[in-house]
Amino acid sequence: MLDADFFRRWMTAAAASVDREADRLTALDSPIGDADHGSNMQRGFRAVRDALDKEPPATPGAVLTQAGRLLISTVGGASGPLYGTLLRRAGKTLGDAAEVDRRQLAEALRAGTDAVMRLGGAAPGDKTMIDALVPAVDALGDSFAAARDAAEEGAVATTPLQARKGRASYLGERSIGHQDPGATSSALLFAALLDASDTEAGHE
Amino acid sequence: MSDDTRVGIVLVSHSATVAESVAELAKGLAGSGSTVAVAPAGGSESGGLGTSAELISAAAASVDRGAGVAVLTDLGSAVLTVKALLAEGDELPEDTRLVDAPFVEGAVAAVVTASTGADLAAVEAAAAEAYTYRKV
Repeated sequence: MLDADFFRRWMTAAAASVDREADRLTALDSPIGDADHGSNMQRGFRAVRDALDKEPPATPGAVLTQAGRLLISTVGGASGPLYGTLLRRAGKTLGDAAEVDRRQLAEALRAGTDAVMRLGGAAPGDKTMIDALVPAVDALGDSFAAARDAAEEGAVATTPLQARKGRASYLGERSIGHQDPGATSSALLFAALLDASDTEAGHE
Repeated sequence: MSDDTRVGIVLVSHSATVAESVAELAKGLAGSGSTVAVAPAGGSESGGLGTSAELISAAAASVDRGAGVAVLTDLGSAVLTVKALLAEGDELPEDTRLVDAPFVEGAVAAVVTASTGADLAAVEAAAAEAYTYRKV
């Protein structure tokens, strides 16, 4: 079972991963975006990590809800409300349970992903974070490792797509040939989830 | 109708300068007698291009007179941030609405309409109607 501390470690691992990969995210965002995805995500997840360290919420749902709220208020780009909605809706779906299992987490993240699709209007194949999130959530029913792999494959598979949402969509065919930065950061989130579960060894 | 019951207007742009200038333009075109509360919420907190949830919340609170708040945005994260704040429930005053309207023309229509003492639905309708004005 996964408790509040597991979720806090997930967010801490995500913050560390975003820190490590910030330059790469910004580099991916340069040809087809406005070259701020790395620094925006870094600012958001640092705020999440610091807040959770200072005052750790008592339940898994509360960890994700607070993380989502902080991302909305601190990121400063479209990824703030999008990731914020993902985590907040997932947190609300988990409710007040003190512990949840992997399948419940998968259901909660599916609800979060659906909310992101409604908010941004993106569907699979539009070259957005949805292209990593949907396969990852599908695979999370199997294992954390499968979810990480599916997210990474989904992110890589955005390269040949033409963007249909967000700033990159203004570029039309010129958006083809670049991996989507949002799908890439979504893959980091699922890699961090696997990291958190590895330190949980034996509980799964 | 007293000024206390007028609809407040918030203008959210990626650029602080754009938000401030459009606010100034809309107030100017509404006439010198207009006392509608219009607050720009442009750019990031550090003054760069972007969207700040904090600035939006503060702007909405500053124009709330109890008759509702109409929020107009430019694009991308400005739209998404306001939608996410509305979904949050307690970040914006009651009766705050994201108005689907072109930024400049919609802002002028919203401020002029609000200055007549119209309610939030009428302000929203006037701003949205700005989409129908063709230039060619």
